[in-house]
Amino acid sequence: MRIPKKLIAWIVGSAAVIGAVGLLSARLSPALAAGGLRPVAGPFTLADGIFYALAALTVGGAAAVALSRNILYSALGLLASLLGVAGLYAFLSADFVAVAQVFIYIGGILVLILFAIMLTNRIGEVNISNASMGWASAGLLSAVMLAMILVVAFETPWPVRPTGSAPTTAPLGHALLQQWLLPFELASLILLVTLIGAIIIARKEIRAD
Amino acid sequence: MIPTLSHFLAIAALLFALGLFTVLTRRNAVAVLMGVELMLNGANVNLVAFNKFMVGGLTGQAFTLFVVVLAAAEAAVGLAIVLSIFHTFKTIDVRAADLMRE
Repeated sequence: MRIPKKLIAWIVGSAAVIGAVGLLSARLSPALAAGGLRPVAGPFTLADGIFYALAALTVGGAAAVALSRNILYSALGLLASLLGVAGLYAFLSADFVAVAQVFIYIGGILVLILFAIMLTNRIGEVNISNASMGWASAGLLSAVMLAMILVVAFETPWPVRPTGSAPTTAPLGHALLQQWLLPFELASLILLVTLIGAIIIARKEIRAD
Repeated sequence: MIPTLSHFLAIAALLFALGLFTVLTRRNAVAVLMGVELMLNGANVNLVAFNKFMVGGLTGQAFTLFVVVLAAAEAAVGLAIVLSIFHTFKTIDVRAADLMRE
């Protein structure tokens, strides 16, 4: 009985990806034509291929997180999704954010999540991720949310203007130490408090008596 | 068909919706945290995309960096709480942890 469920999850995931791409191309052509920004049907370049591959990696990984029955597969899907998001940052010419995404999310948070999975699950207890709200109602709520965001995203006439793409690492460093010095220091303070708090929460209390 | 702002907004919306679905359907606390991470990533994609296509400069990227830092802090404290719950209740079912003391 487990293999068909996996199959259904993967079919739903890939259907979500295909539907997303189809929705994009169907919705974008009239929007672009109305805005008169650029010709509707252009050649399919290599950049487009890379973008759609990254989008499929991101959304497919997220679908694996949401639909997989095994929590380890969910963690691997999260890995794929985070890598895809890092690629999207690089695509948006945010190079430092992309590298920070890989370092912090994949090198830090994902490893932490994998440790938590290994420490809290007994071996053999695989099917632990069962529904709390019911897949139907949760799916309905998520679909309504998605539709609402998509309508806002596609119907609003965003004032798009061309911006350059320059290396961002050095300007970001200057900005963090000049314009955003106070938030930067607050973030370091938060990290220190988090470090101490996590140690205090997660340690084992051994009473002397 | 160069990717425009709407492409990235759609990806971010899908990430957010899938994260919301994960948070709503899972009883495993670690999986709930993974859903929260997905939702944060969707918001971050939006920030960087708006910064690239509309605002320019570095404000959105700096904001994204702060969100990433806060996500790291949230994951560390959340997973510490999960481990503590596991030691106390011997499960990480979020419905079992309904007491504030042992």
